[in-house]
Amino acid sequence: MTDNRIDYYPTHEHEGIKFRRGHTLPFGATMVANGVNFSIYSSASTSCTLVLFERGEAEPFAEIPFPDEFRIGNVYSMIVFELNYERLEYGYRMDGPYNPAAGLRFNKSLILSDPYAKVIGGRDTWLNKPNWDNVYQYRSRLAFEDFDWEHDHPLETPIEDLVIYEMHVRGFTKHESSGVKNPGTFSAIRSKVAYLKELGINCVELLPIYEFDEWENSRESPTTGEVLVNYWGYSTVNFFAPKAGYAATGKFGMQVDEVKTLIKELHKSGIEVMLDVVFNHTAEGDHRGPTISFRGIDNKTYYMLTPEGYYFNFSGTGNTLNCNNPVVRNMVLDCLRYWASEYHIDGFRFDLAAILGRAQDGRPLSNPPLLESLAFDPILAKCKLIAEAWDAGGLYQVGSFPAYGRWAEWNGKYRDSVRKFLKSDPGEVGGMIQRVMGSPDLYSLRGPTASINFITCHDGFSLYDMFAYNEKHNEANGENNNDGANDNNSWNCGWEGETSDPAINFLRHKQVKNALAILLVSQGVPMVLMGDEVGRTQKGNNNTYCQDNDLNWFDWTQQETNADLYNFARGMINFRRVHPVLRSPTHFQYWDYVGSGYPDISFHGTKAWNCDRSASSRSFAFLLCGDHAKQGIVKDDMVYVAMNMYWGGLHFELPALPPEKKWYLFANTDMPSPVDIYENGQESLLANQSDFLVGSRSVVILIGK
Amino acid sequence: MNVTSSTVEAITVIEASGSIDSKTAPEFERTAIAAIQGQKEVIIDLTNVEFLSSAGLRVLLMIYRQVKTQSGKVVLVGTSEEIQDIMANTGFLSFFITVDTLDEGIKTLKAS
Repeated sequence: MTDNRIDYYPTHEHEGIKFRRGHTLPFGATMVANGVNFSIYSSASTSCTLVLFERGEAEPFAEIPFPDEFRIGNVYSMIVFELNYERLEYGYRMDGPYNPAAGLRFNKSLILSDPYAKVIGGRDTWLNKPNWDNVYQYRSRLAFEDFDWEHDHPLETPIEDLVIYEMHVRGFTKHESSGVKNPGTFSAIRSKVAYLKELGINCVELLPIYEFDEWENSRESPTTGEVLVNYWGYSTVNFFAPKAGYAATGKFGMQVDEVKTLIKELHKSGIEVMLDVVFNHTAEGDHRGPTISFRGIDNKTYYMLTPEGYYFNFSGTGNTLNCNNPVVRNMVLDCLRYWASEYHIDGFRFDLAAILGRAQDGRPLSNPPLLESLAFDPILAKCKLIAEAWDAGGLYQVGSFPAYGRWAEWNGKYRDSVRKFLKSDPGEVGGMIQRVMGSPDLYSLRGPTASINFITCHDGFSLYDMFAYNEKHNEANGENNNDGANDNNSWNCGWEGETSDPAINFLRHKQVKNALAILLVSQGVPMVLMGDEVGRTQKGNNNTYCQDNDLNWFDWTQQETNADLYNFARGMINFRRVHPVLRSPTHFQYWDYVGSGYPDISFHGTKAWNCDRSASSRSFAFLLCGDHAKQGIVKDDMVYVAMNMYWGGLHFELPALPPEKKWYLFANTDMPSPVDIYENGQESLLANQSDFLVGSRSVVILIGK
Repeated sequence: MNVTSSTVEAITVIEASGSIDSKTAPEFERTAIAAIQGQKEVIIDLTNVEFLSSAGLRVLLMIYRQVKTQSGKVVLVGTSEEIQDIMANTGFLSFFITVDTLDEGIKTLKAS
């Protein structure tokens, strides 16, 4: 090693450990020649001590107070020499006043995790019982950042071409039926890449993978006696470290390489990776919660506090991260840049993102600097940014989220319209017309790609349960069924829960297919919830955040037992992918701007060219002209979709095609499997080219070619 | 950890035993890097290695990268199932040819 730099040599010594003044940036612990550079910000502390552990040891092997001259501004930094990168665990003690009313909660008896740690030890194997007496529970560690990506690069798939699959890392393969090595891990997902590919998915959105503590608020289920845990993980311990318990190699501290290997593998199959990120709060809870990191390092910087020093709670979980404090803003930016560049992440979905637009005192900002910075960041320039555009404090911004030309939104109005329409509510046709067009009523200036369309997500009923339950059944959560949403717009098809009645079961499956069909022919970006393609059930539980069991795990036998649903879902997803006319990046213009003789989109009813939008109407059809696909850049077939949510069959007069084309049936949810859907290219020529009887509560898809 | 290098039928063989972690990896690296200089065919015999840490895996990849720049090949011999599993989970395995015995390793390299 060349040693022609002065800072290759220590200048200080403390109990045999050699060190010197460090570099203030970057924050965190960084490997440098001969040593490790530690840098941490704290505005209100009076002094800081670096605490060093041999991996897993109860007592630290050294505690080095930062000499005063090592602090520049509010940043302490030092380089410590001859540390064992791999065996090292570190933390900090911060000294300062304990004065909650002033927002100060220093306690130097505690050892604190580094907010910028790239690996966290302490919860290395999922549900391995921790030692609660450990003086330091969540240990900061170093990461090797030398991964061999070979030729990999984020995929940069146009957002309108994505089919997003929202999945839980553990839940996807934990069920014994998955038949994989290391079930429930990042690594195991690699064994199922072929499944995702066959299904037609080209983007997985992972529920939180930042380090969290599955033991947080753990307790016993009153109905099953099972331990209830923090299964979803919406409670971040550290924003830079992947969840060790999700890694087969977590016990060896190799989760960083394991996650990167998974991403590299997914990318090879053309599948993007999006992360569900939770910047609205942390795992430290309110004033009664544990002090893990932020609270003890700089409480009033990291959290939104009331004038009395208590925690604002716009997240419904006790605390709210102070996202528009410039220091915290930089941390969020550093974090996303790190995941985009170091992990090749393709996009981010921001949990309760309305909070990111609130000022430090909680007011919604008209021009939130954090959202603007993310939108214009050079490193995040090609990442998808998706907001859950509401928060638990009542700020609802669907259609009005500050987008800066970049941000897309989870379209909650899409979910509600489609659910109501599917259960035959009156007065929904007008809304549905907006939804299938990519919600121009909400996104007139932003285009359909601002709309992430979904009918179900982890939060709420699964798609099958939407048609098996009128009411939520959350007793297993131990909160007297008071948790979870009540406005589900679900319909049990005539019987609450499981039944052997074949007519009800046929209708339920038909409704699942109707939902998938509508979702996948709508403009915008569809998102499918893991397992909905095989009729996954949560037994009526619409808030399974704490259930580490069959309620959440993907049961792979359902691919056989509900083969009709799987076949239909796969067919619909791939239908979308072969028909660019379904994936417009801009809103329709309602006129024929390519000279095909048809407008880009037209609406129909039981009479062609006549759509009944009245309150009593429960059906409509639309026709997409393939010559207008991608604004006329590519040629596609004509696609005609009829949706009849009336409880009787209706004859739909078909719009006339140009003489050289004929109508072919692609899908008819009223038919039993396998004649409910055809392979792409194998569609069935219609005997009657002018009229189609659309069954009760059915969706019919035709193509004209 | 103990590490030795030898030449068998004109192929460089590096043999390690014990546990390769951040403490012992530097020695493994020094011996291995010295042995592979100018070599295109390298066998790393891990039959007697009980554990390979992150640092150990990185030495293997470093050897691979150096041999690869000369269009050479690296074969791992006798990698235990546990170590293979770790290497598969973390993406290191895909860079190497793995066989069970030294003889197989020599045959593999001679055949290619």
